[in-house]
Amino acid sequence: MTRSDDFEERSAHLKNLSDEELDRRFWELVEQVVDPLVELARTHTSPSIERSVLLRMGFDSITAKNLVDKIFEQNLLGKGAGNVVYRFAKAKKMDYLDAGQLLVKEDHWDEVRSLFGVDKNGR
Amino acid sequence: MDVNNKIDINEILKDLEHYRPKRRGWTWRKPYYGKMDGYEYRQISEPLKNSIPLPAAHYFDNIDPQPDLVITSEIASGRFEDDIRRMRMAAWHGADHIMVIRTLGQSHIDGLMEGTPEGIGGIPITRKQLRATRKALDMIEEEVGRPINLHSYVSGVAGPEIAVLFAEEGVNGAHQDPQYNVLYRGINPVRSFVDAAVAKRIMAWANMLQIDGAHNANASARVSWKVMPELLVQHGINSLYSVKVGMKPENIALSTVPPTAAPTPTMRINLPYAVAVRELFKGYRFRAQMNTKYIESDLFDATRMHMIDAFITRLTGAHLQSTITPDEGRNVPWHINSIRGVETAKHALIALDGLTEYVKIDREKINEKVRELKMRAILMLEEIIEVGGYFEAVERGFFVDNGYYPERIGDGIKRKKDGEIAAGTVVPRDKDYMAPVCEHFGYNNLPSGIEKPCDLIGGCTLCKPEKIKYIDELDESDNVNLRLQKIEKDEIRPEVEWLNDGVVQIDMTFPTSPDLAEAAAIETAKKFGLTDINVIHKTVLHPAEGTYVEIKGRVPFSIKIKDIKLPEKIDQLPDEEIIDFFKRYPVSVVAGTVGNDEHSVGLREILDIKHGGIEKYGIKYIYLGTSVPVEKLIDAAVETNSVAVLASMIITHNDVHIHNMKKLNDLSIEKGVRDKLILVAGGTQITNDLAKSAGMDAGFGRGTHGADVASFLVRELRRRGYR
Repeated sequence: MTRSDDFEERSAHLKNLSDEELDRRFWELVEQVVDPLVELARTHTSPSIERSVLLRMGFDSITAKNLVDKIFEQNLLGKGAGNVVYRFAKAKKMDYLDAGQLLVKEDHWDEVRSLFGVDKNGR
Repeated sequence: MDVNNKIDINEILKDLEHYRPKRRGWTWRKPYYGKMDGYEYRQISEPLKNSIPLPAAHYFDNIDPQPDLVITSEIASGRFEDDIRRMRMAAWHGADHIMVIRTLGQSHIDGLMEGTPEGIGGIPITRKQLRATRKALDMIEEEVGRPINLHSYVSGVAGPEIAVLFAEEGVNGAHQDPQYNVLYRGINPVRSFVDAAVAKRIMAWANMLQIDGAHNANASARVSWKVMPELLVQHGINSLYSVKVGMKPENIALSTVPPTAAPTPTMRINLPYAVAVRELFKGYRFRAQMNTKYIESDLFDATRMHMIDAFITRLTGAHLQSTITPDEGRNVPWHINSIRGVETAKHALIALDGLTEYVKIDREKINEKVRELKMRAILMLEEIIEVGGYFEAVERGFFVDNGYYPERIGDGIKRKKDGEIAAGTVVPRDKDYMAPVCEHFGYNNLPSGIEKPCDLIGGCTLCKPEKIKYIDELDESDNVNLRLQKIEKDEIRPEVEWLNDGVVQIDMTFPTSPDLAEAAAIETAKKFGLTDINVIHKTVLHPAEGTYVEIKGRVPFSIKIKDIKLPEKIDQLPDEEIIDFFKRYPVSVVAGTVGNDEHSVGLREILDIKHGGIEKYGIKYIYLGTSVPVEKLIDAAVETNSVAVLASMIITHNDVHIHNMKKLNDLSIEKGVRDKLILVAGGTQITNDLAKSAGMDAGFGRGTHGADVASFLVRELRRRGYR
């Protein structure tokens, strides 16, 4: 869209605000823009976020990528990649780093799904 | 590390697998309140152990006052082993924030890169590269005596992982701004914001300084000052978003650039903006960046622009002064230009030390403009909310529109909420979502009764760094080891960017039009034998009378180090020995600048006691002044029974210096006094060999001190029987 500079008319309601009131107004509006974004981030995750979890758990970057790709394909990313590895390791009674490697190499996804009580669509 | 030896890359690579950084987090400079060479400063920090001062420092006891602000140098050679050398150079000139530019395209790589492959316009940021760089900087900071902050980019589609990597490897600062991903990297907006929250939380834990990305709107807009209202909005969104996910305001730096440059009336546009942004964002940090938008290929114009930018920094305040290499408009920065950028910042900030004690902004006069900027930003925020929020505004092209908001030209950058790179990759966290690691932003359904999330797994890498997995190299054909093997050990070439790259720059002026001059420059370079010839800059002196051209090219040869013959260096005698000699033989000398030469500064340095000149050793001098005829010098020497003539000659036009040296010799012979007089010539273009060939007993060039001349006089007088 195009619009000519209508600053004079458009800003009529701001003209009488003091300097401090202007600054406050600015920050109130920024907050209104930012709050839904923060809420979105709080309740969602992504492949990169889950890889960052696996890195923090001590996986190397290549394993982290392979694992997250598979977990994403299996519609299990919403459980948390670290959670998937952690629960699988516990069930298998093995070290979680070894469990991660096992999930990269072999197909244990039915087992994982049953641990979380979900079907192939992750429901 | 030995000051006289090059940094040993093999040593840095040794045992890298087990190297841990010395510290975490950002470091500011420590204020210094002492005098330096008797001068009081208001805005300096602790001096360095080793450094290279500004060019004129030798007049002032070689002091190198360091401004209070952290100074950034951008490094982007594409090879980390050359980056490290550049960092050492920059640190010696006063940089303590090293910003490493990433290789082209890394922001679109979905995951981490590993090893040390070569980059384009920057470096592939990897664990090995970061660890080696941090290790090198740990050594360099010991050498210069000041902590050095390492910085790169937490952006692209792998932000959270890169944040973890940076936190683990002791990276001290990073750019992080989801709006940068959205607008300039074309990455899905939802993904960018969701990732950013996690990345920022990890950065907060590591106490890293975050720099936002708003300055890119300046660089992208056609007329960069028109995006000023939007800049305030962008700063606001990233700053508050960061605070809300756990970052402290004092670790959040706004990247702010004086938007416009001459020939526009720069100050009247840039200054109200600088005031508005600093008022609105009290409590945050300011990273003053130099303008890149209007840098052309002219290094001098870039430097002028950056001096004006630094003036705004001093007038309005900042915490961090970033530099732009003056050659950014024409090539990947060269060593010398990285250093020039740092010197520009250091020079300007020191020159403007304490400015606001005397010079103040007229707050009343400027307020109308400041308020207008704030109101324009508020109006933009109102409309963002009106259309449904940030994502909807981006879809409608609100950002980087070349209209001065609320004016809209309609050419803004548009990105789809559900489109662009990595769209559809964000998923809701289920009720049983869990991440057994520390510093994880967002919903996390941890089992009850645990103290730290990572207790579940016996510690995460943030708590137990020994759990970090190190990958060395993945590409057998592209890595540092192969590059190091190729280095010619016994030969050197000139370089601008990479070790021995062979590139030289030649400046020339032709008495002709720009087109002809450019072609003639290329032909000249060919005749020099250069290859890969490029014209990198032209200045029209007059459409017909003259054109200045800068070309670069590669030399097709190298120089064998063992074949290089260094001119003989005459050692200085110990001070006591010289003083003792002239106590026994109290002699005098006559001195002056010869011919039509008014340059007396150099000669005064050689003579005066204040500058450590020969007077200090008890040598009496008769100073005849400037533009002294050769005859007068000889006559005065005879009249005063002096033993030597010290003739200074700076002007070299038409070889007048050689002519004058010969005349000095010939006239002394003619007058029958040559054997009695020691004839010494000095000047920036004089060498000992040149002077001797023109009949002098000695010649002294640039960088000569009184002690050198006094030592020579002692030796020469001894040779002549003064024992």
